[in-house]
Amino acid sequence: MSLNRKDLLGLEHLDKKDLQTVLDSVKPFKSLFTRSVKKAPTLIGKTVVTLFYEPSTRTRTSFEIAAKRLSADVVNIAVNASSVVKGESLIDTGKTLEAMKADYIIIRHSLAGAPDILARNLNASIINAGDGFHEHPTQGLLDLYTMYEKKKKIEGLKVLLVGDILHSRVAKSNIWALTKMGAQVAVAGPPTLMPSKIEELGVKVYYNLDEAIKEADVVNILRIQLERQQENLFPSVHEYVELYQLTKDRLAKAKPNVLIMHPGPMNRGIEISSEVADSPNAVINEQVTNGIAVRMAVLYLLKPNKARKYASSN
Amino acid sequence: MRLQIKNIRIVDPSQKKDSVGDIFAENGRIVSKLSSSADKVIDGKNKIAVPGLIDVHSHLREPGQEGKETIKTGTRAAAKGGITSVLCMPNTKPAIDNAPTVEFILLKAQKEGIVNVFPVGCVTKSSAGEELSEIGVLKKAGIVAVSDDGSPVSNSQIMRRALEYTKMFKLPVISHSEDKELSKSGVMNESKNSMILGLRGIPKQAEEVMVARDIMLAELTGGYLHIAHVSTAGSVELVRQAKKKGIKVTAETCPHYFTLTDDVVRVYDANTKMNPPLREIKDVEAVKVGLADGTIDCIATDHAPHTAEEKNKEFDLAPFGIIGFETLLSLVLNELVDKKVLSLSGAIEKMTHNPALIFNLEGRGTLKEGAIADITIIDPKYSYEFTKESILSKSKNSPFIGRKFQGGAAITIVNGKIVYTAIRD
Ligand SMILES: [Zn+2]
Ligand SMILES: [Zn+2]
Repeated sequence: MSLNRKDLLGLEHLDKKDLQTVLDSVKPFKSLFTRSVKKAPTLIGKTVVTLFYEPSTRTRTSFEIAAKRLSADVVNIAVNASSVVKGESLIDTGKTLEAMKADYIIIRHSLAGAPDILARNLNASIINAGDGFHEHPTQGLLDLYTMYEKKKKIEGLKVLLVGDILHSRVAKSNIWALTKMGAQVAVAGPPTLMPSKIEELGVKVYYNLDEAIKEADVVNILRIQLERQQENLFPSVHEYVELYQLTKDRLAKAKPNVLIMHPGPMNRGIEISSEVADSPNAVINEQVTNGIAVRMAVLYLLKPNKARKYASSN
Repeated sequence: MRLQIKNIRIVDPSQKKDSVGDIFAENGRIVSKLSSSADKVIDGKNKIAVPGLIDVHSHLREPGQEGKETIKTGTRAAAKGGITSVLCMPNTKPAIDNAPTVEFILLKAQKEGIVNVFPVGCVTKSSAGEELSEIGVLKKAGIVAVSDDGSPVSNSQIMRRALEYTKMFKLPVISHSEDKELSKSGVMNESKNSMILGLRGIPKQAEEVMVARDIMLAELTGGYLHIAHVSTAGSVELVRQAKKKGIKVTAETCPHYFTLTDDVVRVYDANTKMNPPLREIKDVEAVKVGLADGTIDCIATDHAPHTAEEKNKEFDLAPFGIIGFETLLSLVLNELVDKKVLSLSGAIEKMTHNPALIFNLEGRGTLKEGAIADITIIDPKYSYEFTKESILSKSKNSPFIGRKFQGGAAITIVNGKIVYTAIRD
């Protein structure tokens, strides 16, 4: 099995078959976790570099564990965000890593399209670990897998994304994956945090969470960035909590077996109440576990040094 | 120098002329016949002669940013594109807000340039938007319009004063229409594409509210307003209504706005990043309608060179702007004339007669007897691919690299002298 591509830049570019391939590949990797020797020799002799222009200990660690469980050599590079503007160009950094024989470069960047630029210029496999407001494909895949594991299907599932959709790469990757797999996706949040034309991706838009939550089989709560208040995107944290926090009362309006997800890290008491985060409906820790298995699957399925062919369909 | 162009199709919108004949030029002027035999005879068979093209919006980058372009390289690129005159915007370093800078540019153009260069002066000192520049002094030094291009004149009161004050010089005020708060940190058109790409959008309204404001101020003051680089359907409609009301407003658009949509941004290629940004298909169509019904008077390039190092980066970090001299004529021919948006004469009018009228370029934009002998000879049969290697501009930032064209400049004549002849194999 393979995805027959060298890069994973966004879930926009994967079709239903590709997504199913990923889902089917995760289980054997996950079963490895319960063994005493948690390693497979799949990537022996390969070099995986994590290149993080934006700090994220969780995502970087998850990739690092995934790569190590596949027996790859892992190098972590953290780039100080302030040096980006005047420092060495992204392409030169990538070329240096390639000269050091990196087979996979996992990049996190605050600017959308940074992974695309590397993919276009390098033979190494580029994995997007989150770029600006664009995509976070492995998060999308681990969310997809978690839903698949718990609900046994994706088709026909009603998934609600709540919060700052405008600035969320997770939301975008979720929407691409879920709609392609036949789920019905809705988004809820204030209009100022809703990207214009979002409905053109085939999702339903709600401003009222109480109304939106009734139907949902899965509620994926996004992290709210508190600095958005300074940009006048909502008037106060207090008001946001009033309108959009997932509380026990709100959860009571949902289906009893509704799945509560959060990509983390959580702002407890802001977008989600502690009671809900710790409730039996929440699968937040399992998402973290699945994240490693999904990233192992992705590393396994991509083909580094595959002839570079850059097109918008990449 | 006595020049004869023999047996050529002459298309001169200023005289409503489209017929086959000869053109004569002597001592840099168009004449009805030569005083003695020609020094140079050009065979005009299968070619078209038009008045030399005038590009009313360009950035030559000199002084101050010679790494991107110079008057020497820029005018050569223009000549290759069939352009005989360029208006250059004042966002140089130093800015064109003082007479010595105007004189420097004119002198450089005379010494090293091969096409006519007409500087545009700043509306406000350093284009900072705070105090009017010495517009009268600049006019005396040789500017043909004022603009703070690159930025709008955000303060409405100052824009009002500018439109009032320039009336005594008959100088148009060129508006770079952009509400900086609405466009803040945007890097492409706000659309489905910006949403998918996760790039910050610039809504069309960022342009349109400024077009509307400036039209209102032109109405208030009776000043001469020229709207630069119109890119949206809403702007076209605002200009159309203003003209109907008799307000003194003219407008230009650029080839990219009638050719490309923001779909081409999809691979995060900064050669598609410009300001205003590429819009959507309904805007492209509206710009074409605006050209066809006379709402849009001129086609300009907004030639904006940037180095490869500056452009080959993350989309957000790359500067706005594309080069345009070398693709102007071919894009007009292929996208407007071949597609029957405009007649050949109608298209040429927007690059010759109309610019000369709006910017008071005496004796240019026409092939009338006595006019300055700026002539562009078009080869409509010439088909070629636009390659990076062929670019004469110092910078290569064009989204049209790799595009195939038919029709382009064969010979460019400035002040009666041949400054460019296409070498074709
Ligand atoms: Zn401008
Ligand atoms: Zn400009």
